[in-house]
Amino acid sequence: MSDLRDLYQEVILDHNRQPRNFGPLETASHKADGYNPLCGDRVTVYLQIQDDRIDDVRFDGAGCAISTASASMLTDVLKGRSLEEARAVFDAFSRLVTADSTELNLSDADRELLGKLLVFQGVCEFPARVKCATLVWHTWSAALSQETDAPVSTEE
Amino acid sequence: MLTAHERAEGGALDSKSDRRATFDVAAIRADFPALDQEVHGKPLVYLDSAASAQKPRAVIAAMDSLYLHDYANVHRGVHELSQRATRRYEGARDRVRDFIGAGDSREIVFVRGTTEAVNLVAQSFVRPRLQPGDEILITGLEHHSNIVPWQLVAEATGAKLVVVAIDEHGAVSADEFAAKITERTRFASFAHISNSLGTVLPIEAMIAHAKKAGVSVMIDGAQAVPHRHVDVRALDVDFYAFSSHKMYGPSGIGALYGKASHLEAMPPYQGGGEMITKVSFEETVYNDIPHKFEAGTPNIGGAIGLGAAIDYLNGIDFDQLAAHEESLLAAATTQLVDLGGITVVGTAPEKAAVVGFVIDGVHPHDVGTILDREGVAVRAGHHCAQPVMDHFKVPATVRASFGCYNTMDDVVRLVAAVEVCREVFR
Ligand SMILES: Cc1ncc(COP(=O)(O)O)c(C=O)c1O
Repeated sequence: MSDLRDLYQEVILDHNRQPRNFGPLETASHKADGYNPLCGDRVTVYLQIQDDRIDDVRFDGAGCAISTASASMLTDVLKGRSLEEARAVFDAFSRLVTADSTELNLSDADRELLGKLLVFQGVCEFPARVKCATLVWHTWSAALSQETDAPVSTEE
Repeated sequence: MLTAHERAEGGALDSKSDRRATFDVAAIRADFPALDQEVHGKPLVYLDSAASAQKPRAVIAAMDSLYLHDYANVHRGVHELSQRATRRYEGARDRVRDFIGAGDSREIVFVRGTTEAVNLVAQSFVRPRLQPGDEILITGLEHHSNIVPWQLVAEATGAKLVVVAIDEHGAVSADEFAAKITERTRFASFAHISNSLGTVLPIEAMIAHAKKAGVSVMIDGAQAVPHRHVDVRALDVDFYAFSSHKMYGPSGIGALYGKASHLEAMPPYQGGGEMITKVSFEETVYNDIPHKFEAGTPNIGGAIGLGAAIDYLNGIDFDQLAAHEESLLAAATTQLVDLGGITVVGTAPEKAAVVGFVIDGVHPHDVGTILDREGVAVRAGHHCAQPVMDHFKVPATVRASFGCYNTMDDVVRLVAAVEVCREVFR
């Protein structure tokens, strides 16, 4: 049970129960869909970017607790960031969830960037679940190069 | 001269005859070394046999002895080892014949598994008969391997795929099947038992309806052969396919039964060595069945392992096995439902030992992880049956599937692990 709590921390369960910034973003300038065919997790990331800054970010989709919480927390953490900072968070997050815990090498700056995303550290002990945590991040990264004919229709 | 192993294989039935008297699950468990281990610090409870079953020592030993003593290529050597390997390989074919009640070993084609068998029949038997507008009939609970090969031939020929819907319990009605047969129906292919729902299909009645309309039938028996006796002649079915790895044999091998008259009339599926009798650049003469369909060096060790798995199953009384598995299914279903907040997906009146379920508010993928940490191995996902998931409007299910080695203790552990899921997600 204790290592399960490392994975399913209260913060993660909370974001799973009440995802933040959930639902489409009408004014999105960028958007991408992500899909994990293995477990059927689906996520769509909507971004509103201006002058290399993420003014707004939302998501929708359906998935397991890890992917839902990861998406919810991504929106929380990236809103208001510059693209450069956001890319640095992505990089640190990837290292956080894929590294063997003994070799995890995060600088203080990394830790500060990650902030509450550090709760995902437990994921690296569950190799089958790493993709659940990273799906939304790869989708976010894909969205950066996919401009929409904003505004995005909810009927789409 | 028989090798030591061949003598042992001949005697397999006698030495196991005591198993027939009572269903001794403890003795069966002792035959499966992999079950005796801890996972994440807890004794393993293996409830994923519908995906792939564990292997008894007898299967491992048969393959070992091949590689230790009798291995060489088959059908092409005058030397002793090649003859031994050929004898054991063809001996395995005879076992498959008897196991499913076929009359003739020439009707047994070794394939990689059910998937390859369906593709073989789709390409060699069905495709040449299809005209634009013709119909191929399947059901709504098929595994992807009994959907996609038909889509491929339909796309190539302009034929269409017609699907017999499943009801809210995941059952298939023989009458509805009959109602979907039209004069354009050229072939029907359906599962004997569903892997995601456990539904046992009324295949006798379905085959009878198809016969009456002159429609040939293939049955996907992947989930059936580990649980019940199959008699292809009594069924009067045209093709029947199964995989070795779900019936306690090795992976990478399976068998396709086809009526000799069909197999003889069919063009080869793949070309190469083994499947020919004479090759020149002008002309090639194909080998006789079943070799015509076994191009290239086959999975020799796999076939021999499959033969040993059949010997093993022949030592188990299938009526008692069915009763045992049914009691596990009933107990697991009742106890899970009694927890509340759990929906069993797949409640057909006749079911094999498969429980698909979802827990309110907990995604199946999370359930799979938590159960794993509790030492309980289940499958969480769409089970290669996405149309079934769509039908029940769930993204995925958790599936516990039982085999000959599972016990009531395993059910208790499953239910306790499900309670842990709810505790974590409380
Ligand atoms: C009902 C059913 N049909 C077909 C298959 C495919 O079998 P294989 O992957 O061994 O070819 C499976 C197993 O995955 C199955 O459960």
